[in-house]
Amino acid sequence: MSDTSTPATDGELDGSDDARAADRPGALERIDASRVALYGFLIGLLAVYMVPIESGLVTSIKTSPTGVSETLPYMPPLLPETLQFFTTEKWQTAFDALSRGLVSSALYAVPATIISAFAGSLAAYGLTQATWKERYKAPILALFVAGIFIPLQAVLVPLSQFWSNIVNVADLLGFVWALGINDDYAGIVEMIVTHVAYGIPICTVLFRSYYKNMSEEMIESARLDGATMRGVYRRIVLPLSTPMFAVVLIYQFTQIWNDLLFALILISSSASPAAPVVLILAGLGQSMEGQDFPLRMAGAFIAALPTLAVYVAFGEEFAEGVAS
Amino acid sequence: MRDILSTLIPRLGRSGTDSDRSDAETSERPASDRSVDGDVSAGDPAVRADGGVTDQRRSTPGRVIDAVDDRFGSDFVESLPFWGPPFLLMGLFVYGAIVWNLLISLTDFTNFGSPDYSDLDFEMYTRALSDSGVISATANTFILTIAFTVATLVVGLCLAILIDRGIRFENTFRTIYLLPMSLSFVVTAQFWLWMYNVNNGILNIAIGVFGAGPIDWIGNPSVVLWAVVLALLWQFSGYAMVVYLAGLRAIPTEHYEAAQVDGASTLKMYWRVIIPQLKGATISAAVVLMVFALKAFDFLYSLVSGYRPPNGADILATKMVRESYGNLNWAYGAAIAIILFALALAIIGPYLVYEYRRGHL
Repeated sequence: MSDTSTPATDGELDGSDDARAADRPGALERIDASRVALYGFLIGLLAVYMVPIESGLVTSIKTSPTGVSETLPYMPPLLPETLQFFTTEKWQTAFDALSRGLVSSALYAVPATIISAFAGSLAAYGLTQATWKERYKAPILALFVAGIFIPLQAVLVPLSQFWSNIVNVADLLGFVWALGINDDYAGIVEMIVTHVAYGIPICTVLFRSYYKNMSEEMIESARLDGATMRGVYRRIVLPLSTPMFAVVLIYQFTQIWNDLLFALILISSSASPAAPVVLILAGLGQSMEGQDFPLRMAGAFIAALPTLAVYVAFGEEFAEGVAS
Repeated sequence: MRDILSTLIPRLGRSGTDSDRSDAETSERPASDRSVDGDVSAGDPAVRADGGVTDQRRSTPGRVIDAVDDRFGSDFVESLPFWGPPFLLMGLFVYGAIVWNLLISLTDFTNFGSPDYSDLDFEMYTRALSDSGVISATANTFILTIAFTVATLVVGLCLAILIDRGIRFENTFRTIYLLPMSLSFVVTAQFWLWMYNVNNGILNIAIGVFGAGPIDWIGNPSVVLWAVVLALLWQFSGYAMVVYLAGLRAIPTEHYEAAQVDGASTLKMYWRVIIPQLKGATISAAVVLMVFALKAFDFLYSLVSGYRPPNGADILATKMVRESYGNLNWAYGAAIAIILFALALAIIGPYLVYEYRRGHL
């Protein structure tokens, strides 16, 4: 099923690759048996990779429970004899359940992404372009790098203590709730700060790898001309960072949007108005009668749509982000 | 103070760490000092002071900055506002929290309220060592981490080698193999729950073709961990592929050609010449994959929508969260978290030393 759909998308997406392949001398002669086998294998593998997603998609438009049990899990209910099992009702139900979650998720994911990317850029600049002794710089860098790999379980108990006993956002922002906003939204503020704090290490390391390869002559001559570090950052480094900002913003947005652990700890109840989409999705379609798989699949796609859209539009940047 | 700072710092930047020399040099280079920082404080009269005058004007804070810069390097004080606040925020939330967590793990903190720090002991750790749940969770953590990491590296390497054979539509293949990684664990858990469904799941239909099954992938305690490994492998093999592709592209073409001139077969060439050169890529990918395996909590939680993962798939991460947030045994959960942290440190520590030695930090 997915085999048939791939060649079409190939043609649309990859004009550039075609051009490159044609430039190569002898590109056409090399089409022999082993090449055919290679392509066959890769396309077959592609189909295997797409199976869970394809199966989820066709299941999301089936009725439950009869539609699910009467049709094969990878067949769409669009044949004349299975058309009776087709429904878009699950998507509607899932959207009704998840739409407030989409808003909450965006409320913290967007600010946290922007702030952590910017903080990472500043930190990487101060640690890379500035000249100070490697002896002191190395341990600080090591702390940044190690911060990426820390298992978050090691900070959870203090984190919930911190947000409940030391900095209680719900109390601090009393004037906001006085305006009629539900004080559950204090969780959004906590999510922003928390995600920024734990996102800074990866953002810093990504920007640092970029700044290390930036032309030193330009910055050095600017410094010789008397520009301050701030001036150099604003006039030279920041404008040149645009490609890396794309990479970091996309990577961070995906990470923050997809994360469940912090939402579970800081917001805890999927009934809360501030509950993000992943938290609602984790409990969607479960009842005493059994699991409503079509509803779960539709919910999964709705929750994944923003990151999927970002991925389809900026796949290159995402690949670059994960590779470095 | 800003003008003193800005006149001082570029000068030290050029003369390195030698401040004794810089005093003598100022009189020889008044021109460059005068132009210092022209864009930021051009209207400030103090900027017009040339090098000789600056020395007399240097106030106490100026001297302190001078001394600090002298010790740490010429841009230290000026770069502090850039990396300082992010470092402080990250430091407090990461390292401060770990120290605090260690402290909580020494208390007997349960239920609601605040921990009592007056009575500290290792009771929670002795309890953890005699808890069969912790022992099996540790074993499962090891099995999951190692099986997932090794399988993902092998699949990723094979994919990278195949894609690196100069195929067309390379980007499309890469994009699709990497696609699952952009999805949340919560989302992929829904897909795989359906794949593993006993009655209608594709996997049981597939093995049914060969007359096997059906298998209760999630419900069978001896199978479920491998089912989780397979799902994570699907999600992250694209990542390993991207890292290996970057590694393969860094190998000069001559190495391939030399091996072919020597008459080595394709298989031999990869095994003897190419794969050994991917050591760096393997190590960094392995470390990142191990961290992903530690995050499998999200996946296991979503499979059951609760703190108790399927029987046979309990790992330290799920055990820790269940003890803390399910049973409100905060101190005990903190102790399990420290055990998990120590295990992670055993991987990260050597990795950081390795990267530092290679000059990659």
